[in-house]
Amino acid sequence: MPRQTSKSTYWQGVRDGAPFVLVIVPFSLLFGVVATEAGLNVLETLSFSVLVIAGAAQFTALQLLSDGAPTAIALISALAVNLRMAMYSASLTPYIGGATLGQRALAAYFTVDQSYACAIVAYEQNPSWSIAQRLAYFFGVVTPICPLWYVFTLVGALVGTSIPEELALDFALPITFLAMIAPMLRTPAHLAAALVSVIFALVFAVLPYNLGLLLAGVAGMMTGAQLEVILERRKEARMS
Amino acid sequence: MIDKTSLWTVIILLGLGSFGLRFVFTGLIGDRPLPPWLLRHLRYTAVAVLPGLVAPLVVWPAATNGALDAPRMTAALVTLAAGYFLRNVIVAILLGAITLYVGLALIGQI
Repeated sequence: MPRQTSKSTYWQGVRDGAPFVLVIVPFSLLFGVVATEAGLNVLETLSFSVLVIAGAAQFTALQLLSDGAPTAIALISALAVNLRMAMYSASLTPYIGGATLGQRALAAYFTVDQSYACAIVAYEQNPSWSIAQRLAYFFGVVTPICPLWYVFTLVGALVGTSIPEELALDFALPITFLAMIAPMLRTPAHLAAALVSVIFALVFAVLPYNLGLLLAGVAGMMTGAQLEVILERRKEARMS
Repeated sequence: MIDKTSLWTVIILLGLGSFGLRFVFTGLIGDRPLPPWLLRHLRYTAVAVLPGLVAPLVVWPAATNGALDAPRMTAALVTLAAGYFLRNVIVAILLGAITLYVGLALIGQI
């Protein structure tokens, strides 16, 4: 394989992030529309998307505020939806923990489901990448995603119409994520972790504050790690 | 009408809090080595969180008010199978999208 530069990993990131435009555009457009309908002006709507930059949490906060929930409840509920970001942060630490504080802060701001998912796959596939190459890739993925998040929030707020439901773009999110997840399932431990995650997420979907997803995440991680240990021990036993 | 003070409180604190969650480990731990047992768990973060994120959206799609939907379920399974066997994200997305639109057309929704 030819030696890769930061420039080439940046462009690889841009390519890998590009399909998510299909998710980002309708989702941010919808947020702009819904926020405007809830009585937010353009500045307030755009501030939401720029400062929070997390769709599900933004919708949660907006919904609760519109329903007249107390400020603290709206805040805590939306933060709970974003708790998975702390898991992403932990998972990225072995790869980009050595970057400068400023670079880590910038990467943290841009840590969304899509950038995390792309980055973790690329980092596992390319263990020889330097930290500079890893960061370049990360910001490459972010390039087609995050600016569009702001722009289409603004478009939604100004124009006030979202994409027609018949286009079924609601399902762009599940499809793009499933397409990302499937190739990650390389070992029995990965498969088991994913399966446990799905079961927990469905069984505990009734829990408030998105806690079902957290349980699913922890249970999945424990399953994967445990199975990895068991399978390694078996392998060693067979070889000795 | 949402109270403006309440709104800005939520926007600003949610922004700061979300950043804090995203920064908590990369920021505080940095390049200090992590114990092997923790690294072993972190290797499974992606496959443990993302499937749980997607599963409810597939089984109870918002677009059908939570009713199980044959075109969406089929599209999800095709995407998953294509991604698993072909190991190609773009091809999996395309096959999933085609399946979804063909399915929706068959039941007369588009």
